[in-house]
Amino acid sequence: MNIRLAGVGGQGILVASEILCDMLLASGLDVKKTEVHGMAQRGGTVISDVRFGPKVYSPIVPEGKVDILLAFEQMEALRYLPSLKPGGTVIVNEQRIFPSSVASGKIDYPEEIEKCLMTVAANVISINALALAKKAGLVKAVNVCLLGALATCLNINEPIWEAVIAEKFKGRNLDANLRAFELGCEASLMRDLKLGVVIPK
Amino acid sequence: MKDVVLFSGNEAIARGAFEAGVRVAAGYPGTPSTEILENIVQYSSIYAEWAPNEKVAFEVALGAAYGGARALAAMKHVGVNVASDPLLTASYTGVNAGLVLVSADDPGMHSSQNEQDNRHYARFAKIPMFEPSDSQEAKDFTIRAFEVSEEYDTPVLLRTTTRVNHGKSVVRLSKPKVNTRGRFERNFCKYVMVPAHGIKRHAIVEERLIRLRDLSNSIDLNFIEWGYSSIGIITSGVSYHYVKEVLPDASVLKLGMTYPLPDKLIQSFAGKVKTLYVVEELDPFLEDQIRALGINVIGKERFPKIGELNPTLVAMGLGVEIPKQEAETVPVPPRPPTLCAGCPHRGFFYVLRKLGAIVAGDIGCYTLSVLPPLETMDTCVCMGASIGNALGIKRAMPQDDNRPVIAVIGDSTFVHAGIPGLIDAVYNGTAITVCILDNHTTAMTGGQNHPASGKTLRGEDAPRLDLVALVRAVGVEDVYIVDPYDLAALEVALRNAIQAGKPSVVITNRPCLLNDKKIKNRAIAVNLEACTGCCLCFKLGCPAIESICTDGNRLKAKINADLCSGCEVCIQVCRSGAIQCEKE
Repeated sequence: MNIRLAGVGGQGILVASEILCDMLLASGLDVKKTEVHGMAQRGGTVISDVRFGPKVYSPIVPEGKVDILLAFEQMEALRYLPSLKPGGTVIVNEQRIFPSSVASGKIDYPEEIEKCLMTVAANVISINALALAKKAGLVKAVNVCLLGALATCLNINEPIWEAVIAEKFKGRNLDANLRAFELGCEASLMRDLKLGVVIPK
Repeated sequence: MKDVVLFSGNEAIARGAFEAGVRVAAGYPGTPSTEILENIVQYSSIYAEWAPNEKVAFEVALGAAYGGARALAAMKHVGVNVASDPLLTASYTGVNAGLVLVSADDPGMHSSQNEQDNRHYARFAKIPMFEPSDSQEAKDFTIRAFEVSEEYDTPVLLRTTTRVNHGKSVVRLSKPKVNTRGRFERNFCKYVMVPAHGIKRHAIVEERLIRLRDLSNSIDLNFIEWGYSSIGIITSGVSYHYVKEVLPDASVLKLGMTYPLPDKLIQSFAGKVKTLYVVEELDPFLEDQIRALGINVIGKERFPKIGELNPTLVAMGLGVEIPKQEAETVPVPPRPPTLCAGCPHRGFFYVLRKLGAIVAGDIGCYTLSVLPPLETMDTCVCMGASIGNALGIKRAMPQDDNRPVIAVIGDSTFVHAGIPGLIDAVYNGTAITVCILDNHTTAMTGGQNHPASGKTLRGEDAPRLDLVALVRAVGVEDVYIVDPYDLAALEVALRNAIQAGKPSVVITNRPCLLNDKKIKNRAIAVNLEACTGCCLCFKLGCPAIESICTDGNRLKAKINADLCSGCEVCIQVCRSGAIQCEKE
């Protein structure tokens, strides 16, 4: 089972992938994770691959083998679409973050992203994680909100998630993070999609 | 702590050092090695420090090893270039207690200025090398490296790559050993490398290599996983996992100790398989040595010597079919990294651009100023090279070339390797301007402390190296200290420094935004009626300044309040006064 998290430096991608890994480890699976974060805090593209199952070899997901692409930003979903397995799932944050070339008006932001995603993905779950995070009372909780949406695609009990999130934030904005997680779950479930993604035992 | 954890390779190396009873650790931050020291510091039994550079870090560790304490030095691949001077002689002196040098290489150049393969350093220094392929091995090999170091009286190179350093995998923890190796004992012939002693030690190094080769042939870190005999693959490091991913049933010789190479083991393996491949990242390090044994292999003609490997590239090299993905997609604009919104370097480069100077750059966040729209950097070679490069450019200039020559260097980098260059400027009277962009931290690697930041690796208070006093002590008379958020003052200081006609220094003094986010006093917004659409503010390249199309398709500016840090540099740049602080 392969999950790729992709987004923009500063969005909390690496923290999210750590929470995901801790949760998977708590479930007793072999887990490997890798990331590219040299420029993580400077607005570049950041990705993290998380793989789990009975035995994992390569930490990098082979091309075209991503089961779930968790995109923290719309354009980044498009960038990593070729890594998705045909029939896979894309969870995408509706937020748009402009690279400098777009911000200064030199290049246009791509259009019809969801339509492109649908050419490969069987399911596209699009949520406004920034708005939900604000609603939860913590702008920075976009990442935890997206984890909530991801949780609806993995059959792991909510208490395990909550325990790992509680351990990670230990009092620092814990309530807002838990609320963001819940809102992410709800937003994803409201799409009313039966995904049937099952973690191998 | 739980017994089974998910660790990055760097966390695992730190844990390995702890379990091995290491007592001294030193390094200089550099991706992908930084977190080794940052994790070692949590073990109170280990003295750990950031050194001003990698040469000093290695010398501290070497001294500790002479003194009878197991010691570790950690750095990125280019850092070993800096430490190579003591390294090649440490091979001669050997150690007393175990000494391990971690070289974290960066295939794929995720955040480095070159892609060198530091496995050559093991061969160059004639010392054993271990290459772990995941976090469990990173921990285990660290412990084994200390044992081999002591048994064979040699420093050991533990060579990792970004994928191992920053990848996370499952690690089983053990209890730490108590290691009391003893104390420093005088031994001139071993530790004092005058020629008469060194020549005798060289013979010992060569004899040691023969014994190490025997070890490599028998050590359990080098093993064969038998599968079908039509294909045999020799591999090491993370490449092993790509091979297992692609061809789980092929016969594999997995090498954990990759210098000296296990010649007999390789010969025996090669004799039992039909087609032999070598799968390794970057240089044909294993391949060339295996060919030198008279064995025919398939290697770099099928696998790239540039960049990282991955399962897809390994599959292609081994001739395994990959299903082609047909995604309908539109062009995706690139997303290069930028200086943060409110970064104190931004205004500096904006002003510098106006001066038409030749700018010799250095390694750090400010290197990003080479990207559009600032594009204010002409050279960048290695840490500290900015000043030397500027001196050379200045000396090479024809008489009719009046462009000012400026070196730009960060505070940590200046301490690392910039001071000798500045001494040269004063000593030889070369009229360049050195700009020290002091943001009180080693920013690019994530905000580590250094001698001029006033804190140690443990975050404890330390005497703060006074850069102004240092620069004056070196002999610079023209020193300007400016606030980089004040563009007018910056311009005056830079112009005065350039016109001094002798070596001068400009120090900008504002903390890194990521360490100190208190600059936001008032919200900033654009008065769209006043905005003339001149687009000058876009030249700052600030992520918080976005364009909007107004009627008539004219681009105007808009401040993204979620990103803005309130540095007010854009207010100073706007000619029409459209960018303003909102009333409180």
